[in-house]
Amino acid sequence: MLFGIPWDTSNDWAFAVSILPILFKGLIVTVQATALGFVVAAILGLVLAAMKSAASRIIAWPARLITEFIRDTPLLVQLFFLYYVLPDYGLVLPAFLTGALALGLQYSAYTSEVYRAGIESVTRGQIEAAHALDLSALRTFVIIIVPQAIPRIIPALGNYLVSIMKDVPVLSVVSVLEMLNVARIIGDRTFNYLIPLSLVGLLYLIMTLLAAWAIRSLDTRLPKDGIPLK
Amino acid sequence: MQWLSYTAPLLEGAWVTVQLTVYSSILGTIFAFAFGIGKLSANWLIKGLAVAFIEVFRGTSLLVQLFWLYFALPVFGQVIGVDLRLPAVAAGTLALSLNIGAYGAEVVRGALQAVPVAQHEAAKALDFTPRQTLWRIALPQAIPEMMPSFGNLAIQNLKDTALVSLIGLGDLAFRAEQVRNFTQDSTTIYSLLLFMYFGMALVLTAFMQLLERTVGRWRAGSH
Repeated sequence: MLFGIPWDTSNDWAFAVSILPILFKGLIVTVQATALGFVVAAILGLVLAAMKSAASRIIAWPARLITEFIRDTPLLVQLFFLYYVLPDYGLVLPAFLTGALALGLQYSAYTSEVYRAGIESVTRGQIEAAHALDLSALRTFVIIIVPQAIPRIIPALGNYLVSIMKDVPVLSVVSVLEMLNVARIIGDRTFNYLIPLSLVGLLYLIMTLLAAWAIRSLDTRLPKDGIPLK
Repeated sequence: MQWLSYTAPLLEGAWVTVQLTVYSSILGTIFAFAFGIGKLSANWLIKGLAVAFIEVFRGTSLLVQLFWLYFALPVFGQVIGVDLRLPAVAAGTLALSLNIGAYGAEVVRGALQAVPVAQHEAAKALDFTPRQTLWRIALPQAIPEMMPSFGNLAIQNLKDTALVSLIGLGDLAFRAEQVRNFTQDSTTIYSLLLFMYFGMALVLTAFMQLLERTVGRWRAGSH
């Protein structure tokens, strides 16, 4: 029994069906961690991208170094660092929030590159035309660059959303009860790892295939020339 | 200098991490080519197997795959009456290489498909067999195009090795966790750990760039 839901070990099918509602409880936590981690990654990535594109080297250079450092170190170690080191400096966060923060931090390095590539994909001629029309730098960015960069940024961000979802099981090391952790607990208590772990694999496969399909259909629906402003 | 006493166990773990990265990268490259080429096969059975392999290992989480191979596979073996218990090092290397191999397979497929159709037509006109066309025409041109993505995947693989500490393999992350349990000196140990992984990644990046330059000579017209 887990979360007050009993399991039926009379046969394999009954066992699989009886643990599904328990795994769904873990699935909800997985989705929540994915969502929060993605929001953090999207915002932090934007900050890093803005810093990297700054004219001043004192701002751009550290941002590049931070991105490289985050990309080159494992999520697991970053998670341990946040989980065990932050409390030493008086910042005590629940495991779930620390986990989502670590996911967001790791993926901010990737999302910052997505923003940068999206913005750089807007052709030089567009910016020169905006210049010729006497638009300010800010207005050029808001009404010329952003609407054209968004259709390129969104699908790439979607792919990282899926990657974040696949990295959520790492959070089980700080005792977050996401789907894989729940499956392991069921395995530990029933001595049957095959069915819970296979079900988790299957549920992951369904989720990622659905997500891939959603991203593809979103990609074909986004106007390639940019989001019309009016 | 308290942290100096940590270096011996950490270096011991780092050596395991290096070995795991090297072996799983080599095995992963073999999987990548086998399934990447398989996905382009005209034989529907080979193609179907390759697609299924790629979807399963890209579509699920690495940690799920690792736990499945280590905890669930022996149970599966019991059901079918075969001993499928894997030592942790085998389960770890296999999970890492299958996972990175599935990502690599898509890179291989993409690069092979990017070889201009005219090259295949020319090979046909010169009476090359399909096997000769693949080995002598398509692959030498496609491999240099794969290298930047392979460089990223190698770093990904190095980072992923940290997860094998969760099935008890004595890699860098595992040793660090042991030292921390003993000394409770989290800040020093995890900072050291981050910088050690960063250092290994820089070395790996340099090596992959060297490799990229070496195979770059295979490009048409560079002789």
